Amino acid sequence: MTELLGIEEKTYTLNLGPQHPSTHGVLRVILEMDGEFIIKAEPVIGYGHRGHEHMAENRNYTQFLPNLARVDYLHALAYNQCYCMAVEKLLDLKVPERAEFIRVITCELNRISSHLLWFGAYLMDLGAFTPFLYCFDDREHLLDLLDGLTGSRLTYCFFRFGGVPVDIDADFVAGCRSFVSRLRSRWNDYNNLVTKNVIFINRTRDVGIITRDQCIKYGITGPNLRGSGIPYDIRKSEPYSAYPEFDFEIPIGAKGDIYDRYIVRLAEMEQSCRIIEQACNQLPDGPIMAEKVPKRIKPPVGEVYQAVETARGSFGMYIVSQGDVKPYRIKLRTPSFANMSFFPEMAVDNLVADLVANLGSIDVVIPEIDR
Amino acid sequence: MELVAQFLGSEGARMVVGLIAVIALVSVNALFLIWMERKVAAHMQLRPGPMEVGPHGAIQTVADAIKLMGKELITPAEVDKPIFWLAPIVIFLPVLLSFLVIPFSSTWIIKDMNVGILLILAFSTLSVLSILMAGWSSNNKYAVFGAIRSVAQNIAYEIPLLVTVMSIILMVGSFKLTDIVAAQSGLWFVVVQPLAFILFITCATAETNRAPFDIPEAESELVAGFHTEYTGMRFALFFLAEYTNMFIAAAVATVLFLGGWHGPFLPGVVWFLLKVYAVIFLLMWFRWTFPRTRFDQLITFAWKILIPLAFVNLLITALVLKLR
Repeated sequence: MTELLGIEEKTYTLNLGPQHPSTHGVLRVILEMDGEFIIKAEPVIGYGHRGHEHMAENRNYTQFLPNLARVDYLHALAYNQCYCMAVEKLLDLKVPERAEFIRVITCELNRISSHLLWFGAYLMDLGAFTPFLYCFDDREHLLDLLDGLTGSRLTYCFFRFGGVPVDIDADFVAGCRSFVSRLRSRWNDYNNLVTKNVIFINRTRDVGIITRDQCIKYGITGPNLRGSGIPYDIRKSEPYSAYPEFDFEIPIGAKGDIYDRYIVRLAEMEQSCRIIEQACNQLPDGPIMAEKVPKRIKPPVGEVYQAVETARGSFGMYIVSQGDVKPYRIKLRTPSFANMSFFPEMAVDNLVADLVANLGSIDVVIPEIDR
Repeated sequence: MELVAQFLGSEGARMVVGLIAVIALVSVNALFLIWMERKVAAHMQLRPGPMEVGPHGAIQTVADAIKLMGKELITPAEVDKPIFWLAPIVIFLPVLLSFLVIPFSSTWIIKDMNVGILLILAFSTLSVLSILMAGWSSNNKYAVFGAIRSVAQNIAYEIPLLVTVMSIILMVGSFKLTDIVAAQSGLWFVVVQPLAFILFITCATAETNRAPFDIPEAESELVAGFHTEYTGMRFALFFLAEYTNMFIAAAVATVLFLGGWHGPFLPGVVWFLLKVYAVIFLLMWFRWTFPRTRFDQLITFAWKILIPLAFVNLLITALVLKLR
C-alpha cells in the first residue's frame, strides 16, 4: 500500500525518560518506533551512578554499611544482611541464634513492604490508582513496626557485624502477628478487585513472556525467574541465616508472562507471612551479639562471596580483603541489572502500553542498576 | 411593565439569559465536579481528600482555579501557534452550546429544538477536532500520540453510541428531548432497554475519555497525552471541558434512560440534577476502580462487541415495535 502511494515508510525515535511517570526513577529508554509499535528499545542507564563500589574502597568496613541501603532502597535489610554475613565470614564470627531470627523477621517484613510497593506501583502503571493507596495503607503499619525497631522507615541500616544492636520485645512480636493477620484479611479484596479483573487479565496474560531458556541465558533471578517456572531461591538452594529452620514454599508460575510474575509476588508475600509467624513462635532466648566482635574491624587476608535472596532476585557480594581496615575491593552483583538486560528483547514488537507494563513487571530499582 | 414582560418573554431575551445561566452553570458545575471527584477518589482510597480550604475542602477548587489563572501561559518553541492557541477555545465552545437543548425540567430549557439529541451528539463530536488540533500543534510526540488515539477511539465509540440512541428514538418517534422525557412518565427506559443503557454508559465513558478508557491521556504511557504542553488557564480550559462533557454525557443518559425530570415530591430540576450526579458518580466509580485498557483492546472491544450488540439491540427494538 505504501509503495503504491509512493510514501516512504519512516520510523521515528521516541525518548522515554529519564523524566517519565513510569520509568520508576531515572531510566531513559530510546525507542525506535513504527506507529505505536516498538522496533528497537535501548535503555540508557547510569543517571543515578554514585560509585558505591569505589566508595567501599575508600572507607572502613563499618562506614560502608549505610551505603548498601541506598543501593536497593526497597529491600535494604537484605543488603545489610548480605554484607554483614560476608564480613562475618571473613572475621569468622558466629552470630547468635536469636540475632539470626531477628534478622529473618525484619528481612521478611522488608520483603513484604517491597512487594506491596511493587503491587501498588505496578497497578498505577496500568492505570489503576486505588490499589496503590490500599497497599500504602498496609505498608504503613509495617513501616511503623520497622521504624520503632530500626529508627528509619526506608533506608534501614540495622544489622551489625556479629548480630543486631537492638533486641525485639513482646510488643514488636505482637505487632508482627497483628500485621500478618491484617495483611491476610486483605488478600480477598486484592484478589477480587485486581487478580480477577478482566481488564487486568487482558493486559497481563500472554504479555511480556520470559521463557525458561531466556531466564538462564540472561541470568534473570527472583520472582521473574520463578514466574517462568524455575523454583530457584537462594533461601532454599543455598540456605543462610535461620532460613533452614522454617517451613515455606517457593511459588512458581507456568508461562512466564506478567500475570505469572504477579501471582508469584502475591504468593511470596504469603510465604513471608508464614516465615514471620514461625519465627515469632520459635523465637529463642539468648544474646543478640556475637561474643568476640573486635572493636576495630580488620579482617584477615582473604576473599569471600555471599549471596542472599532479595525481593528482586539473588544479590551477591564479593569482598577482597588484604588485611586492612578498608576492603580492597567490593563487587556487587545486583539482580535488577541482570533482569534489566533482558528488557530490550522483551520490549520489541510490542505497543508502548506494553512497554510500560513490561518494565513495571520486572520490578527494577534503578539505583541498583546504576549503583 | 408590559414592555419588560414582553422583552423577557421574547425569544432573544430568553437566549441571552439562558447563555449567561449556562456559563454560570458550567463554571460552578466544573468546580463542584472537580471537588466531588477528589472527594470520591479520596474516600475510595481510604483518605479524606482536600480538607483545608473551606468546610471539607469545598472551595479548594476555587483556590486551584485562581492559582491556575496566575500561571504563565507557556508557548513552547516550534509549536504551530494559531492552532495551539485555538484548541482550548474550540474544545470549550461546543460544550457550551450543548447546554442549549438540555431539558432541566419541563419548563427549564433554553431552546426546545426538535433535533435536540442530534445537536448534542454533533457538538460532542467536535471535541475530537480540538483534541487533534491540540495534539498536532504541540510539537510533542506524546501529544500527537494522545491525539491520534483520541480520534481513533472517538470514531470507534461514536457508532455504537448513535445506534444505541437510535433504539430509544425508534420507541419515542421524536428527536426532541422533551418528547423523550415525556414518553417516560410511566416507565423509565432503563427498565425497557437495560442493554442499551449499559452500552450507552460504556460508550459515554469512552467518549468523555474517562478511565478505564482514558488512553488519550494515559498518564503512565503518554505523560498527559494531548494537553502535555499546555499550562495555566489553557490547561484549565481542557480540564473544564472534560468535566462539562461528563455532565452532558450524564444529562443525556438521564434524559434517554432515567426519566429526566420525572420523580415524586421534589421539583423536576432537583430530580434531574440528582439523577445526573448519580450517573457522574458511577463514572467516577469506574475511574477509581478499574485499570486502563490497552489501546488495541479498546478498539477491538468497540468494533467486535459493542457495535454488533448495539445493532442487535436496535433490530430487536424495531421488531418488537413492529409486532406490537
